[in-house]
This record gives sequence, structure tokens and C-alpha cells, in this order.
Amino acid sequence: MPNLTVNGRTHAVAAEPETPLLYVLRDELGLNGAKFGCGLGQCGACTVEVEGRAVLSCLTPVGVLEGRAVTTVEGLGSPEHPGPLQAAFIAENAAQCGYCIAGMVMRAHALLRAVPHPSEAEIRDALRFNLCRCGTHMRILAAVKRAAGASSAVTGALR
Amino acid sequence: MTALTRRTLLVGGALLVGIGPPRRALAASLPGSLKEAPRIDAWIRIGEDGAVTVLTGKAELGQGIKTALIQVAAEELGLAPASLRLVTADTELTPNEGYTAGSHSMQDSATAIRHAAAACRALLTAAAGRRLSLPPESLTVAEGAVAAPDGRRLAFGEIAAGIELDADVPAEGRLRDPATYTVVGRPLPRVDIPAKVAGGAAYIQDIRAPGMVHARIVRPPRPGARLVGVEAEAVAARPGTIRVHRDGSFLAVLAEREYAAVTAMRALARVAVWQGGTPVPEPDALFADLAGRAAKRSLIHEAGTGTPAPAGRRVAAQYRRRYQMHGSIGPSCAVAEFDGDRLTVWSHAQGMFPLRQALAELLALPEDRIRCIHVEGSGCYGHNGADDAAGDAALLARALPGRPVRVQYTREQEHLWEPYGGAMLTDASAVLGPDDRIADWDYAVRSPTHLTRPPGAGQLLSARMLEKPFPAPPPKALPQPEGGGDRNAIPLYRLPRARVAHDFVADMPLRVSALRSLGAYMNVFSIESFFDELAEEAGADPVAFRLAHLDDPRARAVIEAAASRFGWGTALPRGRGAGFAFARYKNLAAYCALAVEVAVERESGRVRLVRAQAAVDAGEVVNPHGIRDQIEGGIIQAMSWSLFEAVGHDAEGPTSRDWSTYPIARFPDVPDRLDVHLIDRPGQPFLGAGEVAQGPTAAALANAIRRAAGVRLRELPMRPELVKAAIGV
Amino acid sequence: MKRRRIAAWLGAAVLLPLAGFGLAAWRPALLPGGPGPAETAPEQVRRGAVLAALGYCASCHTAEGGRPYAGGRGIGTPFGTIYATNITPDPETGLGRWTRAAFTRAMREGVDREGRHLYPAFPYTHYAGLTDADIAALYAFTMTREPVRAEAKANALPFPLSWRPLIAGWKLLFVREPSIPGVTSPADPRRDPEWHRGAYLAEALSHCGACHTPRNRLGAEIRSKAYAGGEADGWWAPPLDRSSPAPLPWSRDDLARYLAEWDPMHGGAAGPMRPVVDAHRTVPADEIRALATYVATLSGPAGSRTGPVDRAVASDEPAPARGAAIYAGACAVCHESGGAAAGGVPYTTSSLGHRTSLRAPDPRNLLLVLRDGVAPREHAPGPIMPAFGATLTRAQMTDLAAYLRARFSPDGPWPDLDATVRALMPDPPPREPPGRTARAGPSP
Ligand code: FES
Ligand code: FES
Repeated sequence: MPNLTVNGRTHAVAAEPETPLLYVLRDELGLNGAKFGCGLGQCGACTVEVEGRAVLSCLTPVGVLEGRAVTTVEGLGSPEHPGPLQAAFIAENAAQCGYCIAGMVMRAHALLRAVPHPSEAEIRDALRFNLCRCGTHMRILAAVKRAAGASSAVTGALR
Repeated sequence: MTALTRRTLLVGGALLVGIGPPRRALAASLPGSLKEAPRIDAWIRIGEDGAVTVLTGKAELGQGIKTALIQVAAEELGLAPASLRLVTADTELTPNEGYTAGSHSMQDSATAIRHAAAACRALLTAAAGRRLSLPPESLTVAEGAVAAPDGRRLAFGEIAAGIELDADVPAEGRLRDPATYTVVGRPLPRVDIPAKVAGGAAYIQDIRAPGMVHARIVRPPRPGARLVGVEAEAVAARPGTIRVHRDGSFLAVLAEREYAAVTAMRALARVAVWQGGTPVPEPDALFADLAGRAAKRSLIHEAGTGTPAPAGRRVAAQYRRRYQMHGSIGPSCAVAEFDGDRLTVWSHAQGMFPLRQALAELLALPEDRIRCIHVEGSGCYGHNGADDAAGDAALLARALPGRPVRVQYTREQEHLWEPYGGAMLTDASAVLGPDDRIADWDYAVRSPTHLTRPPGAGQLLSARMLEKPFPAPPPKALPQPEGGGDRNAIPLYRLPRARVAHDFVADMPLRVSALRSLGAYMNVFSIESFFDELAEEAGADPVAFRLAHLDDPRARAVIEAAASRFGWGTALPRGRGAGFAFARYKNLAAYCALAVEVAVERESGRVRLVRAQAAVDAGEVVNPHGIRDQIEGGIIQAMSWSLFEAVGHDAEGPTSRDWSTYPIARFPDVPDRLDVHLIDRPGQPFLGAGEVAQGPTAAALANAIRRAAGVRLRELPMRPELVKAAIGV
Repeated sequence: MKRRRIAAWLGAAVLLPLAGFGLAAWRPALLPGGPGPAETAPEQVRRGAVLAALGYCASCHTAEGGRPYAGGRGIGTPFGTIYATNITPDPETGLGRWTRAAFTRAMREGVDREGRHLYPAFPYTHYAGLTDADIAALYAFTMTREPVRAEAKANALPFPLSWRPLIAGWKLLFVREPSIPGVTSPADPRRDPEWHRGAYLAEALSHCGACHTPRNRLGAEIRSKAYAGGEADGWWAPPLDRSSPAPLPWSRDDLARYLAEWDPMHGGAAGPMRPVVDAHRTVPADEIRALATYVATLSGPAGSRTGPVDRAVASDEPAPARGAAIYAGACAVCHESGGAAAGGVPYTTSSLGHRTSLRAPDPRNLLLVLRDGVAPREHAPGPIMPAFGATLTRAQMTDLAAYLRARFSPDGPWPDLDATVRALMPDPPPREPPGRTARAGPSP
């Protein structure tokens, strides 16, 4: 029965140590942020942070996380009180269906912790394993740049 | 009623309980979906507390429809958007608006809601006028109240009881003057995004009902295979497994916890024995196979038949498109609960009413004992696995009454079993007259169906696998003017003599259905590529050549706007090229012109979209962000389709079973700049814009590749190896 | 180890000049010039394109994210980093002024047009066996590429290795004409033309031995141990000879599948072998088959192979139990899916028991794949594996590797597992961004 610390709270988890974190977060802790997209480590929809590093929760057995802090998108803010990065996504309308977005937010969050003012190329590079099917890429880039304090010059004027 | 049902109703507003379903009638003269649901209270309801609820039969698919519909209603009712509640597709509560598809939501639903809200406003002011003894014209409606010039106010709640919302929307209602808009036309932030970026309950996957069980399906390794044996005892005995369910070749496992269902599914897959399968042509033979299949020809357009065939230079070309997939980022999911009498299904499919019909047939239950409620899923872009998952959940819920059953497909299942966008072939031929204008035009599109959705239980995947299977209904061609495979096959251009034919192929080796824009993607690719080929033959500039064949001023306006904003005609460095394309979606929805710049790497054949400039006229703009995002997303998605995507297959069936075998665009592939210019037409009807970018993107890319590398690509996708082969060493 | 090698080089630096210099070090600059029209005939260029792909020119001479053939990629050697040069026909920074004679001399003798000796990271020891006709075709192909202006990067080599005349002595000691049956040595009457074609490709153009043959301290291939396994970029390059520890023998067809894309019996290429397989995408199937035919004969028929192993691992011990849990939650979803033919995840063998990396004498390859994953191929189907470098701690990585070895190999535990994990796994793992390494998979 591993202990699991998520968003600052420690839970005694009933799941077997082999259970991928994703299922523990969603099924046992009732968190919606991390999404099942492929379960194969190919899409990034399930991205969370472990000790500040972006990690794919669908392939991370919960047993390896004993004593290591996990942050999900819920840990950055709530729909009512979004954190700065989430606020940037809202301000840029950076979601269509939004299914990929929590993973994008978490990977961008890990990037900004390591590189507070990334270049556009660094953002694209960091996000390249996260897939988005709606084509929200330009909005997501704008949101990450906005959060990084840069101007949202990635797309041009609306009219 | 279970907790789950109550929860969902609370989302819709508790006040709705007890109000009967809206009457269905036909009123041909009314705009939008009012034709099917003419009553005001089909669309707008006011509670005793004055709270206003808007109902739509359309579903939020990530296109931002919730926000736009709220804006439209808020504008007419003089309310703050945040004070409105919106209920989307629910067979018990909302009007039947069929599918949320074909870029119809604004045209159908927003138009209906606008008129219903205006009618509601008129009733409110009339009632307030009676109460205040003032002529209704002297009253204003704002902030949830009717106000008199003398400052007296009556809140909606005070007058709502006195008005009859079960009246029909009048044919000649008074709408707000666009000049006075305060909500419509503004970039209201999307109402659904905060929950999506912060882990709110936003998706069907987030439903956690008390007592809910987790189901996983075990599918054959290839289409057409049958289950010939399964030793399921050991799996059924696993701790946490509730049962293994088998009906013919439909095999599933139910478990208390989600991960237990996952591991049980894997164990079950190992003991299932399958046999047979449907043969598929080898990739190299795909187009020969398609060309050789029996087809039913219909002539969908003919012009200038009386005039003699003109003399001139004849140009001809054939274009091809491989199978492509929806590839939703979230595999399909559904929840269903059967209480022994009534079935409730939560689904992210595009049509709750047709789904209900299909489930009624599948389960032999009367329709009025089934309720289908739309809950958002991952973007679908057409008919993906959502209906199938709903069918599976319904089958399993019936097998386990009293407990909500959640079905979640795996990535591999979604990839292998979703109905793809069909392979297509087009043949274009034209005569350039001595004036370098098109004097004659011949075009034929050979296509499978683009619609195998419910109703019809046989459209549900598992229904075909049952012990007593429901056969798939015979495929149908969708009629013009919207068309299916022939959507946008008739050019909008002025063509004195023209013939356009649709060769409908009923029989296809792979399962196909609606993929965003249907045949329009391929037809616009073909026509707009061919226009460039003709312009080249005529020695004309592609943009000028298009304008020379166009009368529609709105079409001309988007073309001119895209060209000038792009800087059309300026020289580009070596290895770069600019391309242009235009279409009016279905020839009756939004207009879109697109100019792109690409870079082609000659050594590898790799193409990169460097920048894109779109100009779009979608009629009156309700939310500019909403349209812009649809166009941006459409361009990036169609770029991915056009440059990278083809369903892999061999003789055994599809080999594209995950993202490793079906690569799509990634962040390094998206353009440096992507600008969308909207031409707002206040007061004009809404024109659906959700699919308009698909075709122009494909053609603009092909046209740009031609100019960057000197080669003409006539096959989608234009993968690096194809581009390289055209370039040569 | 690196230090010792440098010391050896230093020793050589003193001795070799005495022996070699006056004789071999000085090579004349050749007059500038370009190809005549006959030298770039389309047929030549087309032939050259296939040969260039089979020589993997682009793999070394293209920087990550850079223009093809414009150079700039760093080649890691035990002695330092050598940067590949610009081989596009740019007159200032590339081969634009090279005549065919200069090109031929570089390919065969490792001397550039100006007369400077080239480091043997450029495999002229193998290219020396190329026929005149093939060098001419390669020249035609090279000289018709898009010229790119790109200055060469300075090599990062310590003195005296940075002193090029030293290479002349090295050549004197180690360069021999390769023996290629049917080309530089008599044909083998028992073998068919396809085998001979494969021998020519493997020995000369595709320079397989450059990685798969062990090298001596001075970095030269040990001829007597040809194909007994070597190193590339910190990876173990498995033996191709009879000592191959592959669980199943490499049949010609398996090899052809592997070299073309991926093979269900053995899996696919990772690490420095991946660009090789990627290069084969444009090569006609009969060339790949020829290569496979020859290489398959190196290891001979299956002898004492045990076949794939999948053994129960006692899980009452804590370490294997931990490893088993990691395997179950992180690996099994793909690697126990049965492979694509059984409806499972594509690019997975039916069990990890098929993978040679688990039979390797040391755990490097396994650990490198676990740490960095396998990045998706750009715009083309190909395996994807996430990187576990940031997810697993050193201890967890060790548990997992030990478990995999115990379960999927009959060869007993790796003695140096702990040390290798310490050497390869940074602790703590690096933060975002992972940096642009084309071979790393998702997750940092
Ligand atoms: S769900 Fe984890 S990477 Fe796709
Ligand atoms: S917003 Fe829909 S997948 Fe990214």
C-alpha cells in the first residue's frame, strides 16, 4: 500500500504498487486533470509533474513515487481561481476540445520551472511529445509565452 | 432516479424536471431549427426565480458552440451571458436537432435560439406593459428585468408566470438591431475553458457515478474476424472482476476498479481465439482497386449543354486521397445505466436522438424508455468511436441492471475500429479558351459513403458482432446540395459549360464514415489544385485567374483580403513557395480564402508550412475567437492530414493502431505565423465555419509546393517520400 | 579509460612521427575544379543517391535540425568530438571546388583536397574498397546537392590529437586495403552474386565493421576479430559473428526486415543504429536483401541458441518484487500486448525475451533505452518509447534492469549493473527541457 503525495496531500493508496499513477489519480483520488489518451506513453494527455519534472502518469507505477511529490493540474489552481499558467491558457482561449490541455499545461509548467523565459523554439521542443488533434497549437504557444511574460506575438491580429 | 441522473439534471437546472418534452411540429417557413421545434419553450425557459435556461439540440464538441449560443440568447434577452444556463443535446429536455455536424450549429440552432429569445423578450415586454399600463414599445429589457422610462422595473421572475412560452415563435419576430449589439460580435472568453485547464469535471470520462463499474472491450485483431473460442473462467475469477460478457464476437469484461478492468481485458485478450477477417487491398493497389469497384453515377451539375463544345487547349489531371482518420486524442467512452425498465446513456456522440433510435433497435426497447444525454468528450471531427462506445455501454448495462457501466476504449481500439474518412479519386478535365478562360469543365468524383452513422442499430460496431447480428445498413450517398462524397464537387466559379458527376461506390474494404468536411476536403483539393494547373497553362497569376472566374462579391472579398494581407506576389527565397486556395463550404456556408508559404527541403522532400493567412466570411460573427479558433484548428489539422496522414494497411487490414503507426503533426510542424482575418457581416445569416478550412488548406499546400519545388503533387497525403519522388534525386 | 587511451596516443605521438612523417604525412593539395557534365549524368546521380543512402553519408554529415549534408554533427569518439564537414558543393565551405580525383583520394585515402589528413571517424578504411564506378556515382550525387554555405566546426580534440600529421602515422600502421570477395579478393565460388553484393556493401560502403568490430587502443578495428562486437556512441554494437547473443538466429529475412524497418522476431534498431535503418527507407529492397544475405552468413546457422526466454522470477525477494511491479505498470502494457499481429501494440515483439539487449554482456543498451526512450520518427511510422530517465530513480532503474535480465535472459545477473546505472543515470535526473536529442523519447 504505497503512500502517495499529490498536490501537497499524502494519501494511503489502496492500489497495488504496479498500478499506473493515472488510474490512481482518476479512479481512486477522483482527480480529473490527468487524462487517458493512449496509455502507451505516446500522447502526453496524462502528463503530471513529479518533483518538478514532466512525467507520463499512464506509465508510472504508483509504487515508484513513494516519498516523491506529484503535482497535477489541480495543484496549479481551480476553475474559479486559476493559477498564472492556467489563467494564460484561459486568456488565450487555448483549448478547443481541451482534452490535451491539462497535459500541455503540466509540461509547460515543468518547462517554465526549469527555464523561466524559454524561446519559442524551446517551447515547441518541450511540447513536441504532447499531441493535440484540434490544432490548438498556436493558442497553446501563445499561452505559454504569455505566462512566461513574453508578448503573445505568435499569431497576428484578429482582424 | 440515481444520483448520476440527478447530478446531470442539476447541471441542466433542476427547474426543468417535470416539464414535458417539447412538441415536435413542422413549420417550414420558420428559420433554422424552428422548423422542427417551433415553440418558444423548446428553446428558452424562465424559472420562477427569473433564471433563464437556454436549450439546444446541438452538442459542444470543442468548437465553442456553448459560448456562442449563450451570446446569441443573452443579446436578445438583454442578459449578462454569465447569468444564462445552457442545456445541450438531451433527448428528454432539448429539441431534436439531429446531428451536431456539417457546420450547422450556428445556422440551425443559434438562429432558432435567437428568434425564440426575441419572441420571449416580446412576451416579457408585453406582459410588463400590461402590468405597468405602458405600451410595450416604451419598455427596455436589460439585466434580467423589463424597465420603464420612469425607472420602474419588473424582474423576469415577476412576470414569467404570466406569459405563455408554449406558444410558437412568430414567423415575423422583431430581432435586435445589430447596431445595438453589446454581446454578439464580442470575443467573450469560452465558458468551458476554465474547467478544462484546471481539472474541473468537463468530460464524459470524468463521470464517477455511485456504484459505477468499469468495462473494457476485447476486439478482434483485425476487422471481420470472429471469436471462435475463449476460456474466460480464469479471467472471470480474478479479484475485482465482476464478469466476462460474451455475445457472439462481442467480448467484454466488467470490473469494480478501472485498473482491474484494464488488466482483466489484457488477460482476456490473451485467451480469445479469433478467426477470419476481411481482406483489404495492398496499399499499392488501393487506387486501382477503388477505380475498379462498381459505382453508381449521378450527374449532379450540368451547364451550357446547348452550346457547342469549344475549341482550345484541354488539360486533365487525376487526384487521389488515401484513408485518413479522426484520431481523437481521447479514445471513446460512454456510461449507461439500465434500471430494469429505462435506459439512460451518457455519450459524446454527435447525435443523441439518432443514437436513441439505434439503441432502441439494438435492445428492442421503445424509444421513450431510453434517454441519451450528451456529455463532452475529446474532439471528434466527425463520426468516430463515440456511438459504438455508447452501444457497448448500453449492451453491458442491460446485462448488469442497476449499476452504471462505463466503457472506455483503448487507443489501439479507437485507431483500428473508428470509421475512417474514405479513399477517393477525382478526375478533372477542362478546356482553356483562346481568351485564357475556362471554356469547358468536366469533373467526376469517385467516393464511398461519408455517412454510416446511426440511426440503424447495424451502424453500431458491436451490433454486427452479436450472436444475432444486426447487418450494416446499405451505404447511402448524401444528396446535394450539401452532398457527401460530392460535397463541394461543383465549383463556385463561373463556368459556361460544365458537367460534374458523382460516382458512388457502395462497397469499401474498410469501414468509413463522416470525417470533418466529408468529400469537400478532397473536392476542394482537386478543384483548387486544378485551378492552379489551369492558371499555369494560361500563364496567369493564380489569384487573378480565380477572380476572373468569380462573380460572388463575398467570395471575391475573402480572396482579395487573404491575398493582400499575405503579401501575395512578393518574391520568396529559394526553396520557398506561396500557394493559394479558396472555397465556400458546401457552396452555401462560410467562405474561406487561404494563402500559405511553404519551405520544401529538396533532399528529403520534407514540407513545412511556414505561415498561413486566411480570410473568412461566416456571415454575422457571434464570437470572433470561436471562428478564429475553428479556422486555426482546421488549418493545422488539415495540414497534418495533407502532409503526413494516411491509414496504413496491408492485405490483413489496417496497420495504423496507435500514434507510432499513424503519425500526426507535432509542435515543431506548426507554422511560425497563422493569421485569420474575419469579415463580419452583421445582420446577415450565420454561415457555418467549422469545416471550411479543410479543403483550401490541402490545395494551398499543393499549390505552394509546386512553386517551391517545381513539382505538382496530386495525391493526399503529400508525404516526404512522395514529394521526394516527384522532385527526383 | 579515456585517460589511458590518451596516454597511448601521446606515446604514439612521439614514436609515429619518426617512422611515418617524411614518407607519408605530406600530401599535396589538388587543384580546384568541379565536375564535368558527363560526371553528373542523371543516371550517375540516381545510382549515387542509393549508394549515399547505403553509406549513411547524411547520418553523419547532417546536424540535428540542420540542412542535409551541410555537416556540423558532432561524432563522439573515445578521443574527443569530431565534427562532420559540409559535403554540399558550396565552393567556399563545402566540396564545390573538388574534382573527382580529389573526391576519390578523400574516399580511399582519407586526405582532403588541400592535402590534410582526415580523422578515421570518416570511414575511409572501408571506403577504400569502393569501386571506381561507385565513387564516381557518389561524386555525381554529392556534386548535384543543394549547395549550403556552412563553415566547418572546429573539432574538440586535445593536443596532440588535434595535430593532423599524426594521422599519417596511424594510417601507416592500420590502413590496409579491405578484403572484399569478388572485388579486392577472389570471389567465393560457393556463394551467389547476391551474397557478393552484400559482402561488398557491408565491407566497403555500409562500413558495418566500423561499429560492430572491436577497436584497439588507438582506435583501429582489430581485423582478426571482425564483427565480434564493438561500440558506437557509448552503445554496445552487438557481434554479428558467431558470438552473437541474439536469442533467435538472424535469418536473412529477419535481417532484411530489421534493416528495412523492424522485425517481429528481434525488434528494431535503437541508438546509433536507428539512423542507419532510417537511411534504408530510400534504398531498393534488393540491396537491403543483399546486405542481409551477407550479414546473416557471418553468424552462421543457429547453434547453441536457447531461443527467447521468459522465466518466473522469484518475487519473494524485495528487489525482484519491486522490479516486477515496475515492469507490470510501466512496460507490460506494450511489451506484453503480444505484438501487432496479435492485435497488440505495434513495434513490440511478442515478449522482451526476443531482445538481444537483454542478452548483452553489459546493461548499457538496455539502460540507455530505458533512460532516453525512443523518439518518434519524424513524419513516418516508427516505434515510440517513453523515456524513464526522469521517472525512475537509480535504485528503481537498477531493480527494473535486474528483473528484466533475470526474467528474459539465461545468462545470470550483470555484474556491473550498479556501476553502469550510476554512470549513465544522472542523479537527480535533468529537468526540462530534455534538449534536442533526436533519439530521446517522450518524458524528459
Ligand atoms: S495517456 Fe499517457 S502518454 Fe498518452
Ligand atoms: S484541444 Fe482538442 S486535442 Fe488539443
